[in-house]
Parts: sequence; structure tokens; C-alpha cells
Amino acid sequence: MAESPSGSRFDSIASVRDGLAGVDYLADEAIASVVYLADRLDKPVLVEGPAGTGKTELAKSVARWAGSRLIRLQCYEGLDESKALYEWNYRKQLLRIQAGEGAGTSWSDLEGDIFTEEFLLTRPLLEAIRADEPVVLLIDEVDRVEVETEALLLEVLSDWQVSVPEMGTVSATRIPLVFLTSNGTRDLSEALKRRCLYLHLDYPSVEREREIVLARVPELPAHLAGEVARIVRSLRLLDLRKPPSVSETLDWARTLVILGVGTLDPSVTESTLHVLLKHRADIATAARELKTAG
Amino acid sequence: MLDLLAGFVGELRAAGLPVSLTENVDAMDAVRHVPLDDRAALRAAMAATMVKRPEHRPAFDAVFDAYFAVASAVDDDLDFDLAALLDDALQSGDGEAVRRLARLAVARLAGMEEGRGVRGSAYVFKTMRMLDVDGALARLLAGAGWLERDDLAAGGQRLRSEVEAEVRRRLVAERGPQAVARSVRRPLPEDVDFLHASREELAALQRSLRPLARRMASRLARRRRLGRHGRLDFRRTLRRSLSTGGVPADPRFRRPHPHKPEIVVLADVSGSVATFARFTLQLVHALAGEFSAVRTFVFIDGIDEVTRLFAGTDDLAAALSRVHEEADVVAADGHSDYGRAFATFWARWGREITPRTSVVILGDARNNYHAASAEVLADLRRQGRRLWWLNPEPRSYWDTGDSIVSEYAPHCDGVFECRNLRQLEAFVSQIG
Repeated sequence: MAESPSGSRFDSIASVRDGLAGVDYLADEAIASVVYLADRLDKPVLVEGPAGTGKTELAKSVARWAGSRLIRLQCYEGLDESKALYEWNYRKQLLRIQAGEGAGTSWSDLEGDIFTEEFLLTRPLLEAIRADEPVVLLIDEVDRVEVETEALLLEVLSDWQVSVPEMGTVSATRIPLVFLTSNGTRDLSEALKRRCLYLHLDYPSVEREREIVLARVPELPAHLAGEVARIVRSLRLLDLRKPPSVSETLDWARTLVILGVGTLDPSVTESTLHVLLKHRADIATAARELKTAG
Repeated sequence: MLDLLAGFVGELRAAGLPVSLTENVDAMDAVRHVPLDDRAALRAAMAATMVKRPEHRPAFDAVFDAYFAVASAVDDDLDFDLAALLDDALQSGDGEAVRRLARLAVARLAGMEEGRGVRGSAYVFKTMRMLDVDGALARLLAGAGWLERDDLAAGGQRLRSEVEAEVRRRLVAERGPQAVARSVRRPLPEDVDFLHASREELAALQRSLRPLARRMASRLARRRRLGRHGRLDFRRTLRRSLSTGGVPADPRFRRPHPHKPEIVVLADVSGSVATFARFTLQLVHALAGEFSAVRTFVFIDGIDEVTRLFAGTDDLAAALSRVHEEADVVAADGHSDYGRAFATFWARWGREITPRTSVVILGDARNNYHAASAEVLADLRRQGRRLWWLNPEPRSYWDTGDSIVSEYAPHCDGVFECRNLRQLEAFVSQIG
């Protein structure tokens, strides 16, 4: 897409919404506004919400629409600097030292030589900072890392720079668009939250979910899409261990298309519940509800 | 605009939202980038910069509506059949229809007059009752299937919030944003008093309980893992030392064996404090994995063990309702008698209290002037590990009337005021 002269990528909130719709991501007003602001204010976006509500998909869709490269950092317990920022390729350094031994290179030359770009393995955060072209950085499931590791992100996200002691500070030439996602399994630190724009993605309303289904599974007849959205909404109101996510709704819609279902009666719903619900107890609860409701 | 924003942020803080200085500055920045006549964008911009917890969103929305209300044009003079509109709005749940109904209903039924110092909630209540929303819902619900039932509930919910918004709009026009924001201020879920929660507040509490339990479980588990090193692992240290020429440069430690406390809960389930007991029991059982064992006893004047009701079930709410049906908690007249309950507990289960057991007592210590039997608690504490008391009443009420907290307090390791989720959370993370 065309870039505006100020260096911002997006023209207006409406253009964000339309652009995302163009790549089949239906953004509501809040989502579009936050994405637009993130670009204007150069701030990362923290997206929080239950699993399967399209948090990761949002970052991917923005990247696809803007034509930017997506760099993804998948967080997990035990993630450290060498996996998130950079690492020295010490095997290659060792080879360089051994190769230099015969030639009689002095130590200071050697030292200057082995701590250069050539021996640096960039990891996602540094890669995003150093990128010349516009990129979208996705830091996925940030709630999985320990509180201490979160601090790693702070320098990157507020000053847009990474310090490599042997080389100096690497600053961003263009500020990447950053999305952090969290399932809310723990409270993120206040420091991190303060630096981010906050977007809470909850399950969509019936109308919006219907539109999502229609956009993503166009083969499904329109009247069924409405039914699907209503049934999923009602399932979410039950006390389930794991309520169906939007991606499971889409899976279900695809299942119905493949089965060639014309009308959704309780027996069809019951026999395909396992696409929506992944716990035996949940399936039993839902089936009971379907029976009593008739 | 700046003045309005300053007032808005001040009101957010007064409502209990922690808006930091940086966030305030960010909000100012963000507002410059959105068209001011686009209220949805303005709301999104402010929420994204200042509200960083989903639980705080309703409080934010209430304040926002008061400060950035748009005047509404109402076709007052047209005579519509409100009842027909109501059925239609409830069934379709269509946003426009509901909004229109809300405007008409408030204009015609709320009886709002200028200069009357009536709270906004009273107008809402009056409108809903005059419309007979509950009646209409009941009528439509008869014969409704599973999906229609939820449609109607959603429609009713939407109507209520539209009526609230409309009342708020009219009040703002009359009294100004600040006064209105103050009159609709609602406590955040974590600050809702257990003993005086309304039905909606209880539902909100219930919803925030599960995520809270999950957060706390991961926090407790993490803290235990990150604790001190275990003992030196001699074998692995020696093996490591082979790569440094036999010098043990890199000592290895065994994984620490974390101490998981064993919890016994004694809960007063008499009417006055039942809500509190329910939430606390739910939280403790949701965290059961973090304790080596949890045993639960409930009492009024008799006492009974109900651990089995919680065993092997995920559905804590159902287990709790069975507690009330199945537990044998009334021994004499069905009024709380702490002394008698404690004495019975000590006689029947006292021997099972070991030095690894921590006991938590839940109750307001309102003993209906019975004997205190405080010496039982002294025995309990001597034999067990810790003894805590959680009291859902505000500290200033303690020892008034038949409350005898101070007779029990000397025998406890701590007596805590526990009126809301915030205090409950603080306590549980302390004992974990």
C-alpha cells in the first residue's frame, strides 16, 4: 500500500478497517482505532483476551495488508536474551581463531574481527530493530515468559534500540509495528503495560461473528451462518472449561459445509459438537442443554 | 478540551482506576490523532491508553458516557405503541431498535424533571418497571427454545444499558458531567463488598473469580520454583568438574522440594456471611493444586466436613449448592455458635491436625452471645502450623454487638479484614 509522506503507514481509522477487511480480517471500531494509533504514536499494542479470539491473526493480517514482513517471537518459559535478542556464533568465532593462528594475526586484530556482524546471530527482536524495510513484529504469548525476562523487552519497546556490549547500541532506522499477545495467565508488569496501547479482544458479538464466518467461509449459506453464530454464543454462556473460540467456530462452519448440511437441527449440532468443544465434560454439558431445549 | 480531559482523568482516578502520568500523557497524544466527532474512535483511543485491565472497562465506560455524551434528538411527539416496540426490540436485539425504544421510553416514562435531586439509577429502575420489561421477558420466554432464550437475555441486557445511557445523557445535559459521573460511579469488581453486593455485582465477581484463580495459581507455582536452591547435588557437581579439569567450578544443586501447605478451612455458612464463605471456598478449591491437601468444614452451630463434595468435580458452584443441602450444620437453633462448632471440631477431628496443617477460619465472629470456647483455638494453634482468621466485616465493626473477634484474636497468627476480592487475593498470595 502507498505510504503517506509523514512516514506513517495508515491514513485514517476507516482505511485501517477497510484494509483489514480486504484481507478477511473484520476489525471493529476499537481494533481499527488501536492499530491506527499504534502507527501514529509509534507504540506497541498489547492484545489480551481468551485463546482463539484472533489476537495472533490480527498481527498477521496487518502485516499481510501492509505488505510488511512479519517477524515472530514465540515466547515460552525460559526464553532468554540469546533466543530473543542476539547470540554470538561462537563456533564460527572459534574457527576464525584457529584459522588465524597459523597466519600469526595479533590478538587485537583478531578480537576486533570476531565481534563483528559476520559472527552475530540475530534473533527476532534485533532483527526487527535492524530491518530497513517496514516490518511487523509479533511477540506471541508474552505472558509465558518470567517477569525478569519481560524486562528484556522494555528497552526494545520504549527506546527502539538493542545494546550489544561488544558493538555498541543498535537503534531502529524505522520503528516497527509491534503486537504483543497475552492470554492473561498472569498479570504482566505495570512497566510493560504502561508502554503499550491496550486492546482487549473478547469473543465477538453474534452479528460480528456471523460476518466473520461469512467472510472466512463464504461457501456457507447465509442463514446457517446466523444460526452458527447464535449457537456458539449460547454455548459460551454455559459454564464450560474451554468455551469455543472463533477459530473453532470457523472449523465448525467448514465442517458443516463439507457435510453438506442444509438445516441445523439439534441432532446435527450434537454429532458435530466435538469440533467446537475439546473436553468430554464440556461436550456432555452442551449435549444435555441441547436435549432439554429440544 | 484540555480542561474536559483533565476533569475526565480526575474522575477516572476517583473511580479507582490507576491512571499513571505517562498514560495520561499518552491519552492526550492519542486524542490529537482521532477525529473528535467520532465518539467510538475517541473512546477506543482513551481506553487503549488508560485502561489496561478488562475488569476496569465498565467503570471507564460509565465515566466516558458522562463526559462525552452527545445530545440526542428524540421524536417525542410521535405516538408509538411502546409495548409492540418492546417485543420487537427484545426479540431482534437490533441495536437501532433498542436505542430508539430506550429514548422514547425514558422520555415518556421516567418522569425526569429538572432540578430534582434524584439518582440516575432511580430513573432507570422506574423506566424499566413502567415498561414492564421483566413481564415482557417472562411472556416471551415461555415457549422459547435454547437459542431464543439467550437472544432475549441479550436483548434485555442491551435495553437496560441503552436506558442507562439515555438517562445519563439527559442528566448530563441538566447537571453537568462531573456530578453525573459521581452519581453513577460503581466500585471495581475487586472492590465490591462481599456482604453488600447486588445481584449484578455478584455475577461480575463470579466471572472474575476464575481468571483470578488462574493468575494466582501460576504466581504461587512460580514463586515456589524460583525459591532458594536445594541442597548441593554432589554427583552432578563432580561430573561437571570433569570438564574443568577436576575443579568443581560449576556447583549443581538439587531441585528444592517445595513445601506445599496443607489447608483446613472452617467456614461459617450462616446467612449473614454465606456469600463471603462461598467466594473464599471457591477460590481455595480452585487453587487446590497448589496445596498438598485441602479439607473443608462448614458450620453454623453444628459442624460437618464437606471435602468429599468438592472432590473430583470441576463444578464448584454445584458443589457449593450441595454443601447447603447435604451438610449437617445445624445442631441446635440454626444461629451461629462459634464456640460450639469449634468444640465439636476439636473433639471429632482434632487429632488430624498436624504440624503441617494450616487452619483458616472464615466468619464474622458474631456468636449470638454464646460461650466463646477460645481455648480450643489455642489448642489448634499449638498443634497445627498456622491459624488465620478472615473476617468479612469492616474492621470498625469488630467487637460491636455480639462480635467477639478480640476473644479469638490472641490465639490466631493473624486476623484479616477480608471484605473484597482485592483483600482476599492479598491474603491467599501470602499463605501460598
